[in-house]
Amino acid sequence: MAEQAEAIIDIEGLKKTYTLDSHRRVEAVKGIKFSVKTGEIFGLLGPNGAGKTTTIGMLTTRVKVTAGDAFIAGINIRDEVAVKRLIAVVPQQNNLDRSLTARENLIFHAKYFGVPKRVREKKAEELLEMMGLKGRQDDYVRAFSGGMAQRLMIARALMHEPKVLFLDEATTGLDPQSRRLLWDKVRELNKGGQTILLTTHYMDEADELCHRIAIIDHGEVLALDTPHNLKRMVPGGNRIDLELPEVPDRLVDILRGIDRTGEISRRDEEDRIILSVHGGQGLIPGIIKAVQETNTDILGVQLHHVTLEDLFIHLTGRRLRD
Amino acid sequence: MKTFLALLQRDVTVLIRDLPEFVMRIAMQPFLFVFVFGYVLPSIGQVKSSYANLLLPGILAASMMMAGVQGTAIPLSQDFGAIKEIEDRLMAPIRVSMVVLEKIVMGTLQAWIAGGLVFPLAWAIMRSNLSLHVTSFGYLFLYLFLVGLASAATGITLGTIISPFKIPLMFATIIIPMIFLGATYYPWHALSNVVWLQTIILINPMVYAAEGFRSVLTPGIPHIRMLFTILGLFGAVIILSGIGLRGFIKRAYS
Repeated sequence: MAEQAEAIIDIEGLKKTYTLDSHRRVEAVKGIKFSVKTGEIFGLLGPNGAGKTTTIGMLTTRVKVTAGDAFIAGINIRDEVAVKRLIAVVPQQNNLDRSLTARENLIFHAKYFGVPKRVREKKAEELLEMMGLKGRQDDYVRAFSGGMAQRLMIARALMHEPKVLFLDEATTGLDPQSRRLLWDKVRELNKGGQTILLTTHYMDEADELCHRIAIIDHGEVLALDTPHNLKRMVPGGNRIDLELPEVPDRLVDILRGIDRTGEISRRDEEDRIILSVHGGQGLIPGIIKAVQETNTDILGVQLHHVTLEDLFIHLTGRRLRD
Repeated sequence: MKTFLALLQRDVTVLIRDLPEFVMRIAMQPFLFVFVFGYVLPSIGQVKSSYANLLLPGILAASMMMAGVQGTAIPLSQDFGAIKEIEDRLMAPIRVSMVVLEKIVMGTLQAWIAGGLVFPLAWAIMRSNLSLHVTSFGYLFLYLFLVGLASAATGITLGTIISPFKIPLMFATIIIPMIFLGATYYPWHALSNVVWLQTIILINPMVYAAEGFRSVLTPGIPHIRMLFTILGLFGAVIILSGIGLRGFIKRAYS
């Protein structure tokens, strides 16, 4: 199958159990299975402690696998040295070499990977430019802000042209502007063909950036699909809230008669009634027409798009950020 | 191999950048010892001038030990501390055990530099009280080699088991006792009146370092037989490197 052929990461029942003491064990990752295709941005979305970082840890050789297998470009992740050549990791925490300048961080990283001198110097130049750090290249990284450090870590990761770039909660703790900037860089890289596997607990980040997302909780993959398809899994889909002063009996019947309307619920507030109609946003004209037919005033109409958060609540009964 | 050399180059670059600091850190202690015990005290008649001879091998061993331990334990415990700076080097395409080996090489190098500083210092300050007879340069270099490795191995072990916050405690409770109870300022045989101490300190690699240097620099002073000091240092290198490697690997993976 063509889809199989282009998979760059293949995870087959990967499992990690931490032994806390003789009778307490934590199953951080419970035999997950998925694959990532070449050239895609793949996201692992889940709350803190869901097993995302442990999964990335295993794929990047930093966490010893308890059971199962995973392959990166056909190489078993147990073959650590070979795998390390193919990948790069940008962690949540700033782990830049504080004894070195920004440029030296890039140059030495490339040296570790045996990148020839001319190539690494040219590449460092380009990446510093791309990440907007050109003017700061000879500064020690100790003084770098969170956003700058994160961009430099991405530049460093790209120095040896990895086949897969892992971003582990790379935007956590950044201000909204730095996050946006980082998203742009990630998209730019991906346009150039870079395969990216990222973890996040921000549903908007996953939604905006990723081609496909695996929703993960308690060490298991609960759902895996494109953001669009995932959101379609939420029963009822988008929701339209009507604010009305009163609700004539026949209104609900008329609304039910509109094609593709889902569940209708009502919530009474002090001076208004909120009538929620589940269905696509294409229903709005029909709904408004129906209300007008009953000679009822409309105080307000609100369209609620389904989010990945809604899906997470639907799947687990909990919010993502709990 | 390329990766290994690049790791080494990184450490050497950082070391050279902090060279004045490094030299001060390494040279201060031997300088003070040589100055006070080898010059001041003999000059005011508090110790015999021959004490300088007794002292030099001990100072050599202690300075190397200090430099080797500082050169590995401190950076390592910081690397593994909250910052996890070492991660980028752990992600380099090389076996994790080679990252440890690089640290040992680096610590050994620093111990050698420290050892190399002791000779000119001693010569400059207390040459009039000194009468060295190098029995064999071959053995002298063997001891320099082994003591360097043993100090770096000690540093690796300490660096992986001690958290960055406890570094000052490490010096107070491990390094200082190692030096003071390492036959540094007195020959091991002189302890025959305190047999329990004489026996206990045989677990201290410093004893083999100081006594080993005595056997090649001041053979006139009673010292532990060469065979035993060489075996003792070998044993320390192997055991401590083993423990250090295990500790490092345990920390490197989660």
